[in-house]
Amino acid sequence: MDNSKRTFLKVAGFSLLGIGSKPLQKALAVNEEPKILPSPDALTGKRWAMVVDMKKCKEDCQDCLKTCHQVHNVPNLGNPKDEVKWIWKEPYEKAFPGEENEYIQEYIDQTLKGSQFIMLCNHCDNPPCVRVCPTKATWKREDGIVMMDYHRCIGCRFCMAGCPYGSRSLNWRDPRPFIQETNKEFPTRTRGVVEKCNFCSERLAQGLIPACVEACKEKALVFGDLEDPNSEVRGLLRSHHTIRRKPQLGTMPQIYYIA
Amino acid sequence: MYDTGKIITGLIIFLCLITFPLWYNAITGKAATKPELKIITKEKQCVEATPFMRDSHMKLLIQWRDQVVRENMRLYKGSDGKTYTMSLTNTCLNCHSNKEQFCDQCHNYVGVSPNCWNCHIIPEEKS
Repeated sequence: MDNSKRTFLKVAGFSLLGIGSKPLQKALAVNEEPKILPSPDALTGKRWAMVVDMKKCKEDCQDCLKTCHQVHNVPNLGNPKDEVKWIWKEPYEKAFPGEENEYIQEYIDQTLKGSQFIMLCNHCDNPPCVRVCPTKATWKREDGIVMMDYHRCIGCRFCMAGCPYGSRSLNWRDPRPFIQETNKEFPTRTRGVVEKCNFCSERLAQGLIPACVEACKEKALVFGDLEDPNSEVRGLLRSHHTIRRKPQLGTMPQIYYIA
Repeated sequence: MYDTGKIITGLIIFLCLITFPLWYNAITGKAATKPELKIITKEKQCVEATPFMRDSHMKLLIQWRDQVVRENMRLYKGSDGKTYTMSLTNTCLNCHSNKEQFCDQCHNYVGVSPNCWNCHIIPEEKS
């Protein structure tokens, strides 16, 4: 065999050309149709948020709570220590510490102080739960929703320690026996994962507004895109004084309360 | 070699023990009972061809899971051109609503226990 330098260089040159051909082939190939597509009916927003009008909220009404829990298979374990919270009620003093000042009566309806406020995950712009999660089981979506991937959750509860609003709950035991009415279309959770409100991301994908908003007969809950200046939520922020839970912590909560 | 007899006997006993599962199954005929899948749907084809589904459904399901949960992509275009919602509970189990006669058959045979059902609800059995 002729092992001259010349043949070696020839072979080496062609081999190098061969390496370059793969990306070339890729670039020239006809693009295949994508197999995975987003839902065409989905509601899309840049910054989903909610305004809760506590002046309209009825004290003894449980519609939003009941609907949410039914849609998402939220168990009722019957004791506050094991409670799984997606949407719940909390008195004013517990929900808004640090809001107090001498002249608060000028902008907050003092009669509301004794009433129960509607609480849910604040879908923070700067979510501490996301920062502490070691497995990226929780993350902030581009539209602002703080999502949970139960498949990845290892139940370490760092997020529960990180969340200053108590919006996250661990399943200490199998929740299935404690679900009153099972929604067959939505999964339950299992023992050892943390769960929270998902702003009805599964309904948004079908073009529906969150279940709690739909359930509220008084229209006390309003859902919308804060980045859209013509949205109902932006209109409410323009026309009303609103407060948020613990804004001094810098988490930038996206649930606004008219009180 | 010292102790030839003992070593050879020991080796034979060892080989017998280590191949126990093989010949035990061969004698009792247990391994011969192959899984029998019961398909109860009127649909002609799954989202992909049967051979692909048979050996890669787990990869497909994991891809679906990640795309839906993490990327918010909800639809899948099957090889038959039809569009399906990527959902274990609401798409797969619509046709394969008989977990015991379908999923469990092979899963038990090969000894895997996927933890899908800890959260995803099993439909009531229809035979």
